[in-house]
Amino acid sequence: MPTNLSDEISTTISASAVLKGLRKSKYTIWALFGVVIALFSLYAIVTDGFELFFTRLYDGLTNGFIYSAMAIALVLIYKATGVINFAQGSMAMLGTFVAYVLIVEQGVPTLLGILIAMALSALFGAGIERVLIRPFDPTNHLPITIITLGLFLGINAFAGLIWLYDPRAFPTPFPSGADDYFELFGARLRYDRLGIWIMVGLMFVLLTLLLRKTKAGLAFRSVSSSIESSRLVGINVGRTLQFGWALAAAVGTLAGCLIANTTLLEPNFMNRVLIFSFAAATLGGLDSIGGAVVGGLIVALVETMAGGYIDVIGSELAATTALAVIVVVLVVRPNGLYGSKRIERV
Amino acid sequence: MTTAALLRVAGLHASYGPIQVLHGIDLEVHAGEVVVVLGANGAGKTTTLRAVCHMVATKGVVELEGHSIAGTSTTDIARLGVAHVPQGRGTFIDLSVEENLIVGAFARKDKDIQADVASWYEVFPRLAERRLQQAGSLSGGEQQMLAVARAMMSRPKLLLLDEPSLGLAPMIVADLFERLGRLNREQGMTMLVVEQNANLAFDIASRAYVLEAGEVALSGRSDELRHDDAIRRAYLGY
Repeated sequence: MPTNLSDEISTTISASAVLKGLRKSKYTIWALFGVVIALFSLYAIVTDGFELFFTRLYDGLTNGFIYSAMAIALVLIYKATGVINFAQGSMAMLGTFVAYVLIVEQGVPTLLGILIAMALSALFGAGIERVLIRPFDPTNHLPITIITLGLFLGINAFAGLIWLYDPRAFPTPFPSGADDYFELFGARLRYDRLGIWIMVGLMFVLLTLLLRKTKAGLAFRSVSSSIESSRLVGINVGRTLQFGWALAAAVGTLAGCLIANTTLLEPNFMNRVLIFSFAAATLGGLDSIGGAVVGGLIVALVETMAGGYIDVIGSELAATTALAVIVVVLVVRPNGLYGSKRIERV
Repeated sequence: MTTAALLRVAGLHASYGPIQVLHGIDLEVHAGEVVVVLGANGAGKTTTLRAVCHMVATKGVVELEGHSIAGTSTTDIARLGVAHVPQGRGTFIDLSVEENLIVGAFARKDKDIQADVASWYEVFPRLAERRLQQAGSLSGGEQQMLAVARAMMSRPKLLLLDEPSLGLAPMIVADLFERLGRLNREQGMTMLVVEQNANLAFDIASRAYVLEAGEVALSGRSDELRHDDAIRRAYLGY
């Protein structure tokens, strides 16, 4: 037997040597990042003090978790259908308006209202998949992309028709009075902001468990790996994609509800966030949920920190700087930070 | 042959868009048999297997155990007990080796799935060593073992193998065919194998079909075809 497999073993050895080399270069890049971040933090603390640094850090993290949540929704659709869902922000906005109607107009408790809106969004997402996406060949991405663009315009116009364009305040399920904060490293951390971190973190953990430990999750990952092979093992591909759309819609609505509290709710309130979430998802590698979280945090922290500390950039160029950082990262790692490289053996 | 065939294909036509590839294939596979499909490149071997699983547009009779599956979806055909290892092995490269095996049993509802995974690890110890590794990082030979084990995890009635030897070193191919032969003898697994390597295929097959330009040019028992002069020159190379 060993003689049969000797040439196989040698290929395995060379493959693992290559892998080790890759990992080493990854560590160098991370170490470089670490040094840059440490130097920047030192400079920041020396110039403007401890308190302002941590205030900005908390702001950055809050934005980061928000971008991450939206980026996760985008990644779910990308994994399922292989397209960027341009309507993700609009779907989240619609779900947030549903939550608004439930909570503010019908008096449902805030957290329950958000959960109901998430469930309704999941149904809506499943419906969109069934009616607008499934009739098309899942391997042909252009028509599906165009449909998501159409949905983007359609849902926004529909929401504008019903709810008009007056900004509305959106409630938070967490304590949000003037005194609801505690001091951490000399800076104030508000409970409602901490609540956002926890909600997104919890959602990430639950989603990861769902995808890793359940049969539906296995089906989802199989379909995103290979549609043809999934059919050949008896997975219902259409229903699995539908599951992905439902999941993404629910996650998007959660993100929308968390964001609406930090900005204001109106039909176009997700557009700006969506751009940063695209960026975060791309940075993370588009098909990695963990990558979406890391990507969201990096985008937001660069935006907040560069805007706050570098005078030339200020608040005007902060967003552009974040996008510029992404361009640089993608030049070094074209598949994003955690994107899977498609290597196939023939 | 008195019993009804496990798989019966009659007058099968298949086309990719406007290009017709199969022009009326007739073929039968009986329970317990290994049947091999030979033919030159472009003769329609792969398309025949794909047509059985309704992965291309088809016209004609396809019956599994006497019931027509011509209009059934690929997913449902898999659930009826046809396990198809496509060309290129169809490995889920982002999933671990173990997940590939478990997903092979996706349509099963019973509780023996873990036990079956363990028993396939016994058959292919290489897979056990790499159970948590991403399947895409396996070598070609290991991926082919994984593909066969994954297909068998569904406890199929019929195993379709599309050029299992493709891209593998001769030693690995010999080992693979030895295992496939054992699978047939010991577990009675019925197989329809498309293969370029006629010599090895004849070793495990009881019957063979030779395709030419989308039609069955010749068919018969392996031991007879093996000594057919035309076959020998075209496929065996001596």
